[in-house]
Amino acid sequence: MSAHQEEEALGKLYDAQLTRRLLGYLRPYRARVTVAVALSLVSSGLTIVGPLLLKVTVDRYLVPALAGRLSSDVAMHGVGLVVLLFLAALCTRFTLDYIQTRMMQRVGQLAMYDLRRELFDRLQRLPLAFFDRNPLGRLVTRLTTDVDTLNDLFASGVVAMLGNCFILTAIIVAMLKLDWRLALAAFSVIPLIVLVTLLFRRSVREANRRIRVAIARINAFLQEHISGMTVVQLFNREKKARKQFAEANAAHMDAYKDAILAFALFYPAVEFLGVLAIAVLLWYGGMRVLSGSLTIGTIVAFIQYAQQFFRPIQDLSEKFNILQTAMASSERIFRLLDEPITIQSPEKPVPLGVPRGEIEFSHVWFAYTGGAQPAEEDWVLRDVSFRVRPGQTAAIVGHTGAGKTTLISLLLRFYDVQRGQILLDGRDIREYSLHDLRRHFGIVLQDPVLFSGTLESNVRMGTEGIDRPAVERALDEVGLGGFVRSLPDGVAATVGERGSTFSVGQRQLVSFARALAHNPRFLILDEATSSVDTKTELTIRAALDRLLTGRTAIVIAHRLSTIQHASQILVFHKGRLREQGTHQELLARRGIYHRLYQLQYKDQEIRVHATAGDAASAAVPAND
Amino acid sequence: MSAAATPVAAVAPAAVRKASPIENLRALLPYVRRYRGGTALGVATLLAGGLVGAMLPLVMGTIIDSISGEHSLIERMSALPGPLERFLLSFYRPLSGETLVFFSLTLLGIVLVKGIFSFLTRNILIGVSRDIEYDLRNDLLDHLLRMEPAFYVRNRTGELMSRCTNDLNAVRMVLGPGIMYSLNTIVIMVMAISIMVRISPQLTLYVFLPVPAVALAVRYFGKVIHDRYEKIQALLAALSARVQENLTGIRVVRAFCQEEHESRAFERQNKDYVDSNMALIAAWSLFFPALEFLIGIVFLIVLWQGSRLTLQGSFSLGALMAFYGYIAQLVWPKVALGWVTNIFQRGAASMGRLRYILSAEPEIDDRAVAARPADDIHGGIEFRHLTFRHPGAENNAGGRPVLDDINLRIPAGSTVAVVGPTGSGKSTLAALVARLWEAPPGSVLIDGRPIAEWPLHALRRAIGFVTQDTFLFSETLRENIAFGAEAASDLDVDRAAHIASIRDEVLDFPKQFETVVGERGLTLSGGQKQRAALARALIREPKILVLDDALANVDTETEERILRGLAEVTRHRTTLLISHRCSTVRHADQIVVLREGRIVESGNHEDLIGRGGYYADLYQKQLLEEELARV
Repeated sequence: MSAHQEEEALGKLYDAQLTRRLLGYLRPYRARVTVAVALSLVSSGLTIVGPLLLKVTVDRYLVPALAGRLSSDVAMHGVGLVVLLFLAALCTRFTLDYIQTRMMQRVGQLAMYDLRRELFDRLQRLPLAFFDRNPLGRLVTRLTTDVDTLNDLFASGVVAMLGNCFILTAIIVAMLKLDWRLALAAFSVIPLIVLVTLLFRRSVREANRRIRVAIARINAFLQEHISGMTVVQLFNREKKARKQFAEANAAHMDAYKDAILAFALFYPAVEFLGVLAIAVLLWYGGMRVLSGSLTIGTIVAFIQYAQQFFRPIQDLSEKFNILQTAMASSERIFRLLDEPITIQSPEKPVPLGVPRGEIEFSHVWFAYTGGAQPAEEDWVLRDVSFRVRPGQTAAIVGHTGAGKTTLISLLLRFYDVQRGQILLDGRDIREYSLHDLRRHFGIVLQDPVLFSGTLESNVRMGTEGIDRPAVERALDEVGLGGFVRSLPDGVAATVGERGSTFSVGQRQLVSFARALAHNPRFLILDEATSSVDTKTELTIRAALDRLLTGRTAIVIAHRLSTIQHASQILVFHKGRLREQGTHQELLARRGIYHRLYQLQYKDQEIRVHATAGDAASAAVPAND
Repeated sequence: MSAAATPVAAVAPAAVRKASPIENLRALLPYVRRYRGGTALGVATLLAGGLVGAMLPLVMGTIIDSISGEHSLIERMSALPGPLERFLLSFYRPLSGETLVFFSLTLLGIVLVKGIFSFLTRNILIGVSRDIEYDLRNDLLDHLLRMEPAFYVRNRTGELMSRCTNDLNAVRMVLGPGIMYSLNTIVIMVMAISIMVRISPQLTLYVFLPVPAVALAVRYFGKVIHDRYEKIQALLAALSARVQENLTGIRVVRAFCQEEHESRAFERQNKDYVDSNMALIAAWSLFFPALEFLIGIVFLIVLWQGSRLTLQGSFSLGALMAFYGYIAQLVWPKVALGWVTNIFQRGAASMGRLRYILSAEPEIDDRAVAARPADDIHGGIEFRHLTFRHPGAENNAGGRPVLDDINLRIPAGSTVAVVGPTGSGKSTLAALVARLWEAPPGSVLIDGRPIAEWPLHALRRAIGFVTQDTFLFSETLRENIAFGAEAASDLDVDRAAHIASIRDEVLDFPKQFETVVGERGLTLSGGQKQRAALARALIREPKILVLDDALANVDTETEERILRGLAEVTRHRTTLLISHRCSTVRHADQIVVLREGRIVESGNHEDLIGRGGYYADLYQKQLLEEELARV
């Protein structure tokens, strides 16, 4: 349903407010726009020169010469002058049009550049909750396809529409000036043209609506049946699918055939009216030529004008279509730009120099949905309180869905808590600026994200002050030094999209190096669950020890070694902090932790002990 | 990594070698032939319209001749058929009011007749293009419906969608406007030129002097624009990739305070993109003004040389007017020619992409069906030394098969459960029973006969399959459940929903079984979807029921309820149960543990617990989990 409704909304007509906002993007370039408009004004004026020169040629030279009132040579000389004038007009028009088009096309590009930049900046500041709601692909489309749609409007729409109006005015004025009675006779078909156009528009609008709906249906059907092809085949429903599709397909064809009918009527009708105007000119004008009150040159010029008259009108209606598409795109773009930034730095942030390094959760309640008053079952964290002292490592364990990852997101203020507060060095994190807060955190996510670029750019990110030696040191410290040196390009080695050329273990180590290079006061770590080979596992363990030393850390632990090293273990279950203590204490209590341990970590103990022999040999050269 | 990628890539488009544009367009002929009557009629009306339309400038010139008191243009050129010429000339008198009225009305008469022809032409020719589009689209779906999963592994959904929409549209443009405008252009050119030559061969020659320049200019601009356009497209793709990557890694970007840095990097790429556009603009901005200039030059030549010839007496004002008219008619074809070429080029490329689908043939079909008429399937399944690799992965050195020497007999009516870790080949085993993939000949048998000997339709008719990732259509729940059976009554839907334990919940929805689900309707929970899919399988009353991890998203309590209800249903059916939950499988007649494609344990629940292997361990952990859930 909603896909069809979306199509409906696209049919929305021109909107003054949107237009004003769109034109606002031309404001920085208004000088150039003004010049372009002026040039197009002059160029439009020149379009009326052609027929006028024809009139002069006919009336002043050809007719008198044919009647024997002027010698051929004099006449030919005059014609030569007219031709030179015509050539001059053509050259001028060509130059003006070229400059004008180029200017506006450039302005269009610049306006799109601005718009894209604004959109991207907005995306960098929108809260993560926004990204939970909006599919990534659609956001990318906003920045690319939607913005590009506006090009036609910026580059040619605005000036061309004005230009067309100028041309129409110029032709009307020229005709009235030449002979107002003949002009009025020619104009008599205009109301008919308006009528025909209105009728056409109305009949096409309905067909267009049906076409859009049919296309949406066909697309939805294809999308669904291609993704669900196995189900269709398993249930022998090919015949039914074929029948359903043929229906949507037929609706599409029928709607188009109705539209064809309207077009097939419209084009000949307009042509007929155009020729009607010419016939009127020839008949009425001809009569007056016969009675001596009009020159042949005037009729000839009028016929040219009548033919020129249709082009700007056709152009205008084409531009109208451009405008409509642009409106639909701009509406989507502005909706994104108007998205509120709900998480931002306070107006007067408390400065945060070098933190002592204490983290405290105090009666924190949090839900992803439901705004300020979520439904009871939506709470992901319920009344969570704990404290991590400077330099301590807290390991968080819990079954799937216990709320572990949420803790991390809250600490970095990706989301704001509904109730309670999170304190850093005894102050609510909402009192610090976002930049100050996050600057002191190093973060390693479960699925390590690498960006396309080089190893170096992945470790440094964009942070100034991390030079190449620092990058190399960080890579050495996490045990990747040997590997990096083995690469032909070293730290300049190319990283493909999503780091696909590196193994999972290597990606983890690079993200360790990234955190280490930034030398954070706090470390947040969501350990990877995916299994790596034993050697890598040991390298990672060694790197982890290095990373945790001297830092306050919160680790979502999937490795037994991490848990055993932790100063305290926080056991979460169904959104609540249920147990707290050291490994031995909690095991002795034989509660949730004991069961979790048996479920998730016991195998590791066996595996790690079994391979402890390799540990030393693998870890030592890596740390070398 | 290249070793893994190459074979798959080699399989995908190998079938289609690059065909020439002509070859691609020729593939449209059979479709056009279906509508040959309409096409012929359309072409005939187009020709007629062109012939009639060519008279317009001639008549206009005649009127001008009349009011300037000269002999008629028609008389001097004598290009019209004799009777027509005599008829028209009988009304011609210089400087006469009646002549004026007669020829003005003739003008209207001509444009009226021309209008009727072009109305017919457009209706017929464009209509045929829509008919063919309809046929092509149905044929595309037809092929898609016959292709097996392997095809959909090779071809991404978006890519196939784009072929069925964008490419089809490009092909339609060839069939409709492409053909119509190119014929129209040719007719106008032939007519206009032949009449112009009759009026004045000399001036006609002069007028066509700039044509080579125009042709060269169009070619040059076409090439420049094409080349630069490709670069721009590449930069645009890079720009999208950049945004995509930034948004994918947004958490890391935020955590490391890299928003500014990312913005700057984006700005650089944004600028590159704009710069490359600017390069195109420099050429593009020249195109239309240059075209207009050249057209202006042609008019200038007519004015200049036309006047000269008139003064010499071999031309008239009317002829001058007619030339103006014919040149105005010719301007459009010149512009249209470039446009039409573009349509044909794109259409040919798109037709190549459509042919990829239209020429695809399924690997899995009824070619091996035994000659004697198929009996009913009873439901016995046997895997005999089954070793299976996914197509395309055969050459993958070092890659182990997905299933390795599987021997398993499932007597008709019994229940076999398969457990094992992720990636052990459980789902593949299930898919082979429904012949979604092709197993080596003779390694999968149904009722003792090789699976390929059963008609595909009959085989699948006998199977109720609940897939791992549930797929429901954006239709009502009733339609989704009834999807399983050819003709299901409301009562059947109700019953199936009841056994799948979803009936009560559905009745709580405001619209009950008429609730629309899926992307465009109500979002069901994972468990609800699985139960709806189960109902869809049950309503078929299949001889073989395959549940591929079908209850994974259902909570244990509901699961137990469903299993109790299912016990009745599965008693007389062969059931293949795939799960990694012991609670689901413990009552099966036989439990098989798969690991890395091999059967490592098999027996009933008690046997396996006693053996203390993978299954026993799994059972232990499951007990712990249940305990945890109760805390």
